Amino acid sequence: MARIELDLAHSYQARPKADADYALLPLRMTFEDGGAYALLGPSGCGKTTLLNIVSGLLVPSQGGLTFDGRDVTRESPQQRNIAQVFQFPVIYDTMTVAQNLAFPLRNRGVAPERIKQRVGQIAEMLELSAQLDQRAAGLAADAKQKISLGRGLVRDDVSAVLFDEPLTVIDPHLKWQLRRKLKQIHHELKLTLIYVTHDQVEALTFADQVVVMTRGRAVQVGPAEALFERPAHTFVGHFIGSPGMNFLPAQAGQDLLLVVGRAMGWPDQKLPEGPLTLGVRPEYLSHAPHGDPHALCAKVVQVQDLGTHWLVTARIDDHTLKARWDPEVIVPEVGDPVWLRVVGPHTCFYKDEVLVG
Amino acid sequence: MNDSKPINQKAWWLILPVILCVAFSAVLPLMTVVNYSVPAKGWTSSAVLVVVALSLLIPWNVVGTIWQIYGRADIGLFGAALAKLGIEYSYTGSARDAWLTVLLMDVWHWTPLVALLCYAGLRAIPDAYYQAARIDGASKWAVFRFIQLPKLRGVLMIAVLLRFMDSFMIYTEPFVLTGGGPGNATTFLSQYLTQKAVGQFDLGPAAAFSLIYFLIILLLCFILYNWMQRVGTSQPTEVAS
Repeated sequence: MARIELDLAHSYQARPKADADYALLPLRMTFEDGGAYALLGPSGCGKTTLLNIVSGLLVPSQGGLTFDGRDVTRESPQQRNIAQVFQFPVIYDTMTVAQNLAFPLRNRGVAPERIKQRVGQIAEMLELSAQLDQRAAGLAADAKQKISLGRGLVRDDVSAVLFDEPLTVIDPHLKWQLRRKLKQIHHELKLTLIYVTHDQVEALTFADQVVVMTRGRAVQVGPAEALFERPAHTFVGHFIGSPGMNFLPAQAGQDLLLVVGRAMGWPDQKLPEGPLTLGVRPEYLSHAPHGDPHALCAKVVQVQDLGTHWLVTARIDDHTLKARWDPEVIVPEVGDPVWLRVVGPHTCFYKDEVLVG
Repeated sequence: MNDSKPINQKAWWLILPVILCVAFSAVLPLMTVVNYSVPAKGWTSSAVLVVVALSLLIPWNVVGTIWQIYGRADIGLFGAALAKLGIEYSYTGSARDAWLTVLLMDVWHWTPLVALLCYAGLRAIPDAYYQAARIDGASKWAVFRFIQLPKLRGVLMIAVLLRFMDSFMIYTEPFVLTGGGPGNATTFLSQYLTQKAVGQFDLGPAAAFSLIYFLIILLLCFILYNWMQRVGTSQPTEVAS
């Protein structure tokens, strides 16, 4: 178990010049001991690069990292004593489940009685006890992935367990079970867990702290609620939530707020002058009475019944707005004008993609 | 007409085990060599592969001719070197030397094919396996024994089957090198069949012969295939720690 501190950058090119040459832009971050973290972002955002740097499979091109204050930048994965679970289950085909679980301990010369005891414990925890003497190659993908995880957990002194999109090949109904299992393991063993995924549901349910990444930059670190309520960057607003945040161009001047060129009532928060982007979640884009100073009039273009709620799509000039409304609300017909409250307590304002109010 | 010509029956049945041994024995050391000596990427890897594959590009009768000259004690590098060392060697005079030369020639000609198959098989193993092994603290031997060897099972099976069938059908190279001699020491099944069918026009026995020839190949492939399939799925033996 370890507290991991990062202060680094990485480029796969020898002489990076522009920001685009970096796989990972300069980053300073701490993973607290015993925390459950998720690295969330689209493909190619640098999250796997960051994970491989933490695990020691990759040496950062600039800066370094420490485990409990010890500099481990140039240490191998074994020296760092980390465990990693990969996207596809990695098992040793010719071995049984028990031999697979025992493998890391055998390689480290642990006494046979101790190995037996640890393998028994871990198999119990992962519900693999019944299959211990079966060939690992013949098992289903979820059981194989549990073995990969077990090989990491079997070492009781492991610094951190890293997951690289571990549920990609697992059936949806088993994903949920396995995710719960991970939560439970985190609770019981108090390990530092770092979980890479592009699935926001996985990230938000698994982690205490979610690191949202895009184009080599970590744009926000925080719990699920903060990412939802106060996205620090337009990317977070867009990426988290289903559908993502609505964005409209706005202009703040003295005593005057223009949204899509229309004058609006001033919000509660203080705003810097100049061009801004207004962001409002579909959940908070409520129906407003005609002529409300905090609302805009848009034209309904689509109404979808999603069972638990309505998804209303409306257009104002060239901008599309999506709103989630409760099923009790009487929804307008397609083509009707509708007043939508865009300025309210949950509205965020961004300047150059960064939250300002 | 009763066909009672004496043929060297003993030599016939020698052919099979010897050639099988060669086919097998070439595989494992080869895998190791390919594994540690061929670069994974870049122009060096292409260059090495092309050089390795050169012997595959040579027409079969030319392979025979090359070895015919190579093995000559007066002007051939191999034959002359042996003569200088005081070793008596003549592929035209001694049945043992003729056999040895045929085997060496076959290994030289076809080993690159097995090497290329091994190379392709090794490159197909995902990096995650090596990374996981590093994290598990596995030694180089353990990586070879528990990752590379099991993952290459299919490729190796194909290599052995291909080599077995090719060796069993061998015709051109020994035909050019020794002409089946001395005596009929290196007259392989295919050569004998040709002599019978189009040399002597004993079409009946030749037809029966070719059918049995075919059945032998079929049977051996069947046994080999099933055996290698079972190697992959049987209960594992105790893992050495």
